[in-house]
Amino acid sequence: MTQIQIIEAGRAERHYWRDLWRYRELFFFLAWRDILVRYKQTAFGVLWAVLRPLLTMLVFTLVFGKLAKLPAGNVPYPILVFAALLPWQFFSSALTEAGNSLIANANMISKVYFPRLVIPTSAVIVSFVDFLISFTILVGLMVWYGRLPDWHILTLPLFVVMAFAAAMGAGLWMAALNVKYRDIRFVIPFVVQIGLYVSPVGFSSAIVPEQWRLLYALNPMVGVIDGFRWAIVSGDTPLYLPGFLLSLVLVLVILITGIIFFRKTERSFADVI
Amino acid sequence: MQNVISIENLSKKYVIGHQRQEGHSSLRDQLANGIKRTAAKLLHPQQVKLSTPEREEFWALKDVSFDIQQGDKVGIIGRNGAGKSTLLKILSRITEPTSGRVSIQGRVASLLEVGTGFHPELTGRENIYLNGAILGMSKADIKNKFDEIVAFAEVEKFLDTPVKRYSSGMYVRLAFAVAAHLEPEILIVDEVLAVGDAQFQKKCLGKMEDVGTEGRTVLFVSHNMASIQKLCSSGILLSDGVVRETGSIEKVIECYLNDSTSTGHVSVGELPRAHHDYGVIARFINAWPVNNKGERTTSFMSGEDISFDLEIKALKKIDGLSIVAGLDTYMDYRITTVLSEETGMLFSSDKDAVISINMSLPGLHLKPGTYSLTLGIRHNKLALDHVVKAINFEISEISIDHKNRDSWAMGDVLTESVWQLS
Repeated sequence: MTQIQIIEAGRAERHYWRDLWRYRELFFFLAWRDILVRYKQTAFGVLWAVLRPLLTMLVFTLVFGKLAKLPAGNVPYPILVFAALLPWQFFSSALTEAGNSLIANANMISKVYFPRLVIPTSAVIVSFVDFLISFTILVGLMVWYGRLPDWHILTLPLFVVMAFAAAMGAGLWMAALNVKYRDIRFVIPFVVQIGLYVSPVGFSSAIVPEQWRLLYALNPMVGVIDGFRWAIVSGDTPLYLPGFLLSLVLVLVILITGIIFFRKTERSFADVI
Repeated sequence: MQNVISIENLSKKYVIGHQRQEGHSSLRDQLANGIKRTAAKLLHPQQVKLSTPEREEFWALKDVSFDIQQGDKVGIIGRNGAGKSTLLKILSRITEPTSGRVSIQGRVASLLEVGTGFHPELTGRENIYLNGAILGMSKADIKNKFDEIVAFAEVEKFLDTPVKRYSSGMYVRLAFAVAAHLEPEILIVDEVLAVGDAQFQKKCLGKMEDVGTEGRTVLFVSHNMASIQKLCSSGILLSDGVVRETGSIEKVIECYLNDSTSTGHVSVGELPRAHHDYGVIARFINAWPVNNKGERTTSFMSGEDISFDLEIKALKKIDGLSIVAGLDTYMDYRITTVLSEETGMLFSSDKDAVISINMSLPGLHLKPGTYSLTLGIRHNKLALDHVVKAINFEISEISIDHKNRDSWAMGDVLTESVWQLS
């Protein structure tokens, strides 16, 4: 039995979420396309996904650990840095890719119907694949330093989900705004660049004075990164609970408002882009 | 028969920003403006649109109502800018109407462009899957149809070659083949057959006819009256966003051809220039295509002589103006460029005077399709004005001389040919 579809002005699409399900394969096709295309005609190929975080980790270890001699407790500095670099690089590349994804696929948006949510989401999935690839380096580092994880590692999926939610939320905001205000193109690299220094990537958030911790957690990536570290180094770095909860709430707020804002502006994408 | 599509009072408004006025503001101003507007939009999402005075409304569709029954093959006809594409975009849910209502029964597939989402770096095989998924096919569907698609597109040998190395013909064939195997209940096709070679066009039309005979509904937009007449049983004529005529396809085409002798064009003087130097010293203010009866029209029979009335205004007294005109096809293929100075014609103008020029292209007989004329004014090799696609016009193939020719769909130019044994 064929259903009747009504098209009307301002009509909240009742079938939106069902359509999203129907187009579920498109998420993976688009992600697959971007992954395939990214490494075509490159000499090193997928190696780049490993090389970038590895080199960043080396530089950070040298600058923050060896030169600035920042404390790391009893955690090897490379592991301290890499445990933070994983979620940060995932977040920053997801934000960049998702933020520009609608513009990059403008042609598709003005010529074919599908739930637009598919586009930024698949951009985040692409970054997630890179994240999984660079995760293998972490495993290597942990074996090298003989730091085997304990039960803390079991909480890691929770923090991965949190990182995903943060990247999705921020990515949706940027993507939707970018359609109308191309200024976002300049804002994203700026956010990513500054974010690297205001998030505890190269250092442990333990060096932030106690009374500023809660304020520091207003950067939602602080909670995500601290959580990652805590899970990976078996609780040897502190997880400041009030701060973490504040970050968690902020991530949820960004995600939910991001989805709402995206859905609201989505209808006019084809007219504006 | 039941209605599969019924459209009631459908309207679509576009808000056109006058960017030229903002053109000189600094980047900082624009950023500040942008942030201000963003902030305002976040706070009061509804009010912002109403309170920006430099915006102008444009109704692409106005109160359009009609019904389409199951199995109908409907041709949608109208001049460029008549609202055809907007209508198709609303029906395919790409854009939302401003007011009005559409109810559609059945799965819709729309083909507004050939090869949407094709990625040049990916191989033919990869693109079939990707494109199929974008058009709404499941992986299993694509797998089932894969061989059929490849056979239809005739690209077996190049399946694992990146499509950037395909010839344009192969590219189009592959793209159409994917879309043609969607098997929707309602198929919406925009002017996509304008591309591709004649043989393939025939094949595509055949495929679409099959779709029609299987009880599916087809909505078809084309400037090619022959394909429309061949494929469609009824038609809808749109003009300036309003339904002008509906009924049998013959009646609607006739109405369109008669109607289009009354010109409705934007003045060339108003069109934006690519460079701010253009049109300052001397400027095209008007241009019309003219048929061999001397009437200004945008629709010609094939084989008819075409000429153009051009009006130029100069800001100061100037001698030695040369006019350039380039004729392009719908697909931006340059057919010919003509220069008045090469024929020894240079024009002079007094300050603020309008010069009227007629330029004719005798012996140029175009094949059916849509063409555009790009105009330029030169003075001592220096470009004074340059208007890309200043005017569009259409050649319809319904002409007594050429009606029964098989060759009309191949190439862009009709020419006499003389054959003899030697």
